[in-house]
Amino acid sequence: MNVKKADLVIIGGGPAGMAAAIEASKNGIRDILILERENNLGGILHQCIHNGFGLHYFGEELTGPEYAWRFIDEVHARNISYYVETTVINFGPDKTITAINSQEGLFIIKPRAVVLAMGCRERTRGALNIPGTRPAGIYTAGLAQKFVNMEGFMPGKSVVILGSGDIGLIMARRMFLEGAQVKMVCELMPYSGGLNRNIVQCLEDFDIPLRLKHTVVAIHGKERLEGVTIAQVDEHRKPIMETCETVTCDTLLLSVGLIPENELTREAGIIVDRRTSGPVVNDCMETSMEGVFACGNVVHVHDLVDYVSREGARAGECAAAYITAEGDKAEGGEIQITAGKCVRYTVPQKIVPKGQKNIRLFFRVTDIFRKVKIVVKANGETVFERKRNKVTPGEMESLEIPGSILNSPTNVNELLVEVQNIEEGQ
Amino acid sequence: MLEKKTLICIICPVGCQIEVCRDDDNIRSISGYGCKRGKEYAISELLNPVRTITSTVTVRCGEHQVVPVKTDKPIPKHLITELMREINKCSIQAPVRMGDIVLQNVLNTGANIIATGNIPVLQQE
Ligand code: SF4
Repeated sequence: MNVKKADLVIIGGGPAGMAAAIEASKNGIRDILILERENNLGGILHQCIHNGFGLHYFGEELTGPEYAWRFIDEVHARNISYYVETTVINFGPDKTITAINSQEGLFIIKPRAVVLAMGCRERTRGALNIPGTRPAGIYTAGLAQKFVNMEGFMPGKSVVILGSGDIGLIMARRMFLEGAQVKMVCELMPYSGGLNRNIVQCLEDFDIPLRLKHTVVAIHGKERLEGVTIAQVDEHRKPIMETCETVTCDTLLLSVGLIPENELTREAGIIVDRRTSGPVVNDCMETSMEGVFACGNVVHVHDLVDYVSREGARAGECAAAYITAEGDKAEGGEIQITAGKCVRYTVPQKIVPKGQKNIRLFFRVTDIFRKVKIVVKANGETVFERKRNKVTPGEMESLEIPGSILNSPTNVNELLVEVQNIEEGQ
Repeated sequence: MLEKKTLICIICPVGCQIEVCRDDDNIRSISGYGCKRGKEYAISELLNPVRTITSTVTVRCGEHQVVPVKTDKPIPKHLITELMREINKCSIQAPVRMGDIVLQNVLNTGANIIATGNIPVLQQE
């Protein structure tokens, strides 16, 4: 069997994987190998031709491809090795990676550390169970985005979009600009799953209606989609049949959520969080398997690539430290972070205290709340709080808390993050 | 006539809600912005709304059929449809390098259409 050597293997060459590779290289790791399934580095960014990337990370507004090329150029400049069109087929419990590509055939690597950066995939119609026929013309929004932006053809002329996640909103504008009639965006929830700015610049700018609390209840057409029936839903998200209306269209785009791709993670026996569908990680982005780190959308679905890159860099830095320390592990136990009132999940889920200056927490709330404060409690006592005018499940929240709260006054063994009304106080 | 308007700032993902009070073309007060770029956005949004447009342009003899492009400056919102027509009329020969100008001073806006990706020439095997 073809056996390769590397200190650090990164599975996935998208924004998370590239940031991890670059940071590990900056921290002195020379023997890095990125394994990428597609034919180039950059991942999903190549089809995200709209702008709005990089405001946090580079302080300027870039399009997806421009953002990707900044990282690709740096990977090249640092001579980091990578294989494209390479699929990892097995990830063993002892960090053994089995992969395959047309040049090398089947090969095995047993690296000292691994970064999982496989990203996520779109939820499909099958996962949603829309009744009706199965005609052509139904795509996930991301697939349509690939057709239009990378292959240069339009999937249809009149479009209904189900789901108001960011890709759905962005595709509404894109299809409109390319001359399609975009009839409406339907959203099951009473709020959009996308960023506010995208509702303004993708829908309102072009008078595309957003139907909140609406869903598609039937699909019409034999060979090609001819229309859909939509209906309003009640508070239990059940369609109200009296509100049914039929909308003619030849294309239905689904933007109904993303799922982290964790088949390899599960196969390796790494613990996966049911709320995020990604591996449980500590503040070093290390998973439940020692020396295996994870970052980006494989951990939890982000709405900003800037945060993905930051998480990737953190994973790369910690993987480098792990390799350099050769198993010299930090003393002390882990602190669990609990998602408290109105918080769906936090990432990381654990902290390994070792005198860190700051800890960055990402989390999502369960509903829209206005005029609230985010409260962090250590062993039940409030140790940190931040006001927020508005928080919504569609926008990931980020919080930087000082590391000092972990050891004052006594050793902390549980942190809790919750949302409180400002008036309510304690 | 005094008119109150609520805008959502689209400059960054925070999406601040900005309240503007205007008296025809005179802006009386602006509040709610999280940073000064938001204030500038609110003023421009009322007086002359602009957008950066991204799209794709057909590539001849390239590894891909299309290259992503953008306006290198925001252009007036009312010109978007016309701009898309211009973009869809043109095509470019590979190789294309990021930053290459595809259309100069498009519609006299002072903005250029520039490539935002790299497309190498298709190698015939
Ligand atoms: S006002 Fe500033 S912080 Fe608020 S959305 Fe606009 S650019 Fe962002």
